[in-house]
Amino acid sequence: MSATATSTSDVALYALRLGDDALILAQRLGEWSSMAPELEEDIALTNIALDLLGQARFLLTLAGELEGSGRDEDELAFGRGEREFYNCLLVEQPNVDFAHTIARQLLFSTYQLALYEPLTGSADSGLAGIAAKAVKEVAYHRDHAVKWSLRLGDGTAASHSRMQDAIERLWPYTHELFESDELVERLAVGGVAVNPAGLCDSWGQFIGATLGEATVTVPETSWRPSGGRRGEHTEAFGHMLAEMQWLHRSHPGASW
Amino acid sequence: MYGLPEERNRSQPAEPEDTALRDSFEATIAADERIEPRDWMPDEYRTTLVRQIAQHAHSEIIGMQPEGNWITRAPSLQRKAILMAKVQDEAGHGMYLYSAAETLGVSRDQLVELLLAGKQKYSSIFNYPTLSWADMGAIGWLVDGAAIMNQIPLTRCSYGPYARAMVRVCKEESFHQRQGFEILHTLSHGTGAQHEMAQDAVNRWWWPSLMMFGPPDDESPHTAQSMAWKIKRFTNDELRQRFVDICVPQAAVLELTLPDPDLRLDEPTGNYRYGEIDWEEFKRVLKGDGPCNRQRLEHRTRAHEEGRWVREAAAAYAAKRARAEERLAA
Ligand SMILES: [Fe+2]
Ligand SMILES: [Fe+2]
Repeated sequence: MSATATSTSDVALYALRLGDDALILAQRLGEWSSMAPELEEDIALTNIALDLLGQARFLLTLAGELEGSGRDEDELAFGRGEREFYNCLLVEQPNVDFAHTIARQLLFSTYQLALYEPLTGSADSGLAGIAAKAVKEVAYHRDHAVKWSLRLGDGTAASHSRMQDAIERLWPYTHELFESDELVERLAVGGVAVNPAGLCDSWGQFIGATLGEATVTVPETSWRPSGGRRGEHTEAFGHMLAEMQWLHRSHPGASW
Repeated sequence: MYGLPEERNRSQPAEPEDTALRDSFEATIAADERIEPRDWMPDEYRTTLVRQIAQHAHSEIIGMQPEGNWITRAPSLQRKAILMAKVQDEAGHGMYLYSAAETLGVSRDQLVELLLAGKQKYSSIFNYPTLSWADMGAIGWLVDGAAIMNQIPLTRCSYGPYARAMVRVCKEESFHQRQGFEILHTLSHGTGAQHEMAQDAVNRWWWPSLMMFGPPDDESPHTAQSMAWKIKRFTNDELRQRFVDICVPQAAVLELTLPDPDLRLDEPTGNYRYGEIDWEEFKRVLKGDGPCNRQRLEHRTRAHEEGRWVREAAAAYAAKRARAEERLAA
């Protein structure tokens, strides 16, 4: 616990970042419905999407409560514009193919697990509670992604090259995950947030070992795209939001 | 590998009829007991079941598409979660049913090939498009509702694995029906535009739902035999009537109209009489000329083809691991 009072609007914004990560990834995974390579995977990807959507609903609700302006989960999900979403760029990346989807899952769930484990001890009891429930789910997500990364990376020549491509294409977006800023630093001092900068090493070790076993090479990249935490997204993101929000927005004030 | 029952018949000379086996099969049916995979059964019984279970399994899988069409656009997070869970249930139903079919000596892969080749059917209801969010309500209320009506008697079907699969399926179907009813109820009692959306959806889904029970009894060639074998417990028209009788009062609660000017209560029987079903439309859609037949099959084919390299990778990886373990053991 900190000596200085933590500002609730800081915590609200932090909850929004975490919630947006989960919401946007759930939305992407939802696009797989009825398109997965086999029935078992249709079910597994939906399970993961449902877990993430559940996390998002808790986090957005918490953010709305802390804000105190009466916005609920739906107003936050459907009423905000592109520049008011604070998810990382990695989760908004298009599905492309099963290899990209698995690579995105591996990179993100490893990060999310590393983040949520210490977050279970957050000084904010709301965040701590959500993290405690999510940790079990995310451990399964990572396990699922690891299994498929091995199968694809060390399966056939075709699957190997797809998995290698996917990792190369998504790798640049991983740098942003470990960026810190004033908000996170303030909240970390208060014991509310986890500073992601400190998670980079263990994340790198886990990913390196998994990809090594999958015979996939970790790329070197100088390009470090970033901006999600400030509401600056990739072009594909606006299209995705338009699809997600259109119906809700075309009936202002309606209940569903 | 197993052949399809029909193929097996062709490739093997017919065995001399073993009357003791047939008697025991008939006695099991007569006693209302279950036939299990290892029991002897007439080839026609097996063929009928394979056809019916496969068609049922395919319907679950193809049925994911019309509702999957709205997952990314669901108007609230709660609705999105419910819809995702529902579509996921349907994938699960497909899996149980393919497993039930496998106990009859056909593999899931073989059945999927037959579906994609257009040699096995799925329920025609899924050849209609989902044009608005209210269709999620109408499908749950009417399509899942009709499915329940068809499936509850199947929990007492004479073939054990099919009956047991249906017990699991029916539990989930009632949740599907309820969530559909709730969607429509909310829309009907919401804004004017929402009410209109709900009414439009019911107008489009009502008649196709009645067709889900199949052709009228006098044009249903398999019904008599299926009923004798206790695969089927009620005729198409009986189930259809029961469905109409349940829906009419529910429509009143929804404050929505069923699009049938001839619908009226027949006092002496307590049944609702309904207008004539357009069986020409039914035949047209069954034959392949419904609004979405091509699209549904193309979508499934695409998913199957695009997933091939993934399935091959999983198989290759498993084989590598097995070889590595053998080397370790040696
Ligand atoms: Fe189902
Ligand atoms: Fe259903």
